[in-house]
Amino acid sequence: MASLVSHPDEVKVVSRRFGQGAANLDRYLELDGYNAVRKALAMEPDAIINEVKNSSLRGRGGAGFSAGMKWSFVPKQSAKPKYVLCNGDESEPGTCKDRLIFEHDPHSVIEGVVIAGLAVGATSGYIYIRGEYRYLSIIMQKAIRDAYARGFLGKNIFGSGRNFDAYWHGGAGAYEVGEESALMESLEGKRGIPRIRPPFPAVVGLWGGPTVINNAETLASVPHIILGGADWYAKLGPPKNGGTRLFCLSGNLAKPGVYELPMGYNLKKMIYEVGGGIPNGRKLKAVVPGGSSTPCLTADEIDINMDFDSVAKAGSMLGSGGVVVLDDAQCIVKFALRTMKFYQHESCGWCIPCREGTDWLKKTLTRFHAGGGLKKDIDNMQYLAENMLGRTFCPLGDAAAMPTIGFINKFRKEFEDHLEGRPCPYEKEGVIDHLPVLAH
Amino acid sequence: MKFSEEFETRFAEMVPHYPTKRSALVPTLLYAQDEIGFLSDEVIAEIASRLDLTELEVRNVISYYSMLTTKPRGKFNVQVCTNISCMVRGGEEILHHCANKLGIGHKQTTADDLFTLEEVECIGACSWAPAAQVNYDFHENLTPEKMDRILDEYRKKGTQ
Repeated sequence: MASLVSHPDEVKVVSRRFGQGAANLDRYLELDGYNAVRKALAMEPDAIINEVKNSSLRGRGGAGFSAGMKWSFVPKQSAKPKYVLCNGDESEPGTCKDRLIFEHDPHSVIEGVVIAGLAVGATSGYIYIRGEYRYLSIIMQKAIRDAYARGFLGKNIFGSGRNFDAYWHGGAGAYEVGEESALMESLEGKRGIPRIRPPFPAVVGLWGGPTVINNAETLASVPHIILGGADWYAKLGPPKNGGTRLFCLSGNLAKPGVYELPMGYNLKKMIYEVGGGIPNGRKLKAVVPGGSSTPCLTADEIDINMDFDSVAKAGSMLGSGGVVVLDDAQCIVKFALRTMKFYQHESCGWCIPCREGTDWLKKTLTRFHAGGGLKKDIDNMQYLAENMLGRTFCPLGDAAAMPTIGFINKFRKEFEDHLEGRPCPYEKEGVIDHLPVLAH
Repeated sequence: MKFSEEFETRFAEMVPHYPTKRSALVPTLLYAQDEIGFLSDEVIAEIASRLDLTELEVRNVISYYSMLTTKPRGKFNVQVCTNISCMVRGGEEILHHCANKLGIGHKQTTADDLFTLEEVECIGACSWAPAAQVNYDFHENLTPEKMDRILDEYRKKGTQ
């Protein structure tokens, strides 16, 4: 069980019930549970969609697309059944927030799925949880069973005459399945390779039916929007960036943890005040602001607001909310290498620029870090990464290329320090030869 | 091929959740593996026939997912994360420590079949790094000393 933290600057919306035993249905009901579904049942579908649109809730999985807008793309009439799919395949390195939602507030996810279903006219939903999260799958399965037992799911929910079924589904270890089209393939019992778009899932999704796919945190935010109102939620953050965000602070921090802060919270404050600053007398070197796929920011670039638009303006992305902090004892080349090893391992191999690009970059970075780097390698890596961008069916290729380009652009000198047979200046002597043969 | 009653109940409950049978494949494979220890030829043939798939189709899916294995593992699968958040807080050191203590490397199993060691990608424990999973149990904020105690506990549990 992951431990909880708190800070006075937190604004608890999604995390409001954390640590309060809300996985228990009775306790959940005491804490305003299922009132949002009750309210939504009395609303017109378009009114629900408008409420979510006006709240400016944007996708918490990483892309930051307007949730209400996504819902509005689902056709009103459809010959095939429509579905809601909750993405709980949380695997972006640096990200550990959905874990807390599933552990502490599983019914809020179910509520979000039902409300999304009412909005788009779907009568079933799937909650996909990554295979490693077995204990959370058990919690979620129980929550679903409990909700069925009370008539909150199934036929005639809350006596409304409407039906809605919700199911749990489990993965078995695959980062790429967090990408929406690969997620659907995986749920259909196949390898998680991406589908070409268009058509988008909202039109042709699971088993060919229109499908709404949202991240678990996005869906868990929906009941609070329905109850608190779009205005209240939108005003928690800056314009077009409604609400709060579960920021996962990790890396070289005194107080790492998952903190719920308003959208647009200052990154510098997040690191030095909320996260307790850099321990062991070290200094900040870099921050990966939104999970491993987002370009890093240097210590001079952190006085920015953490909302989708401000981070984009600063040349990176808010991504999945995984803030990874590096102190000055960390080697950027090694960090870039470990990042690339991950993407090389997770690339499904469907698109050649990603399959070959990640492998080539991993090999070059491995040689580079071990002291065998050539000056031309630096430009070659950058060229290779730039040519992966936008040339793959799913964003995994971009996710591998973007941080690499960032590391090279911002820390070129560190790459140059590894050149011409010089071993990594950050490793103790003789360590390189004994470095583990990293996974796979 | 016989699975436990729990497996059968779960399987019977799960299949009707989907419009196509094969949709139950991935979670079914993982549950089967949890029971048998790995996905043997026999398990693959059984699941293929239950879901109206060819064995090849099942193997095709198995090879995609990193948790699924067609090779036996030790009783306790020690999965140490060395991805970025864990790496900057000593994840590699934990992996080395386990390798030295158990005398095995990545994806190897001890002679007594008690432990398998695996270096894994991010397990979603970033804010509590460095972290590892032993089978499905999370162990977080690790130090080499803490890891020693954890491995000793499992050894005790496994040899009782």
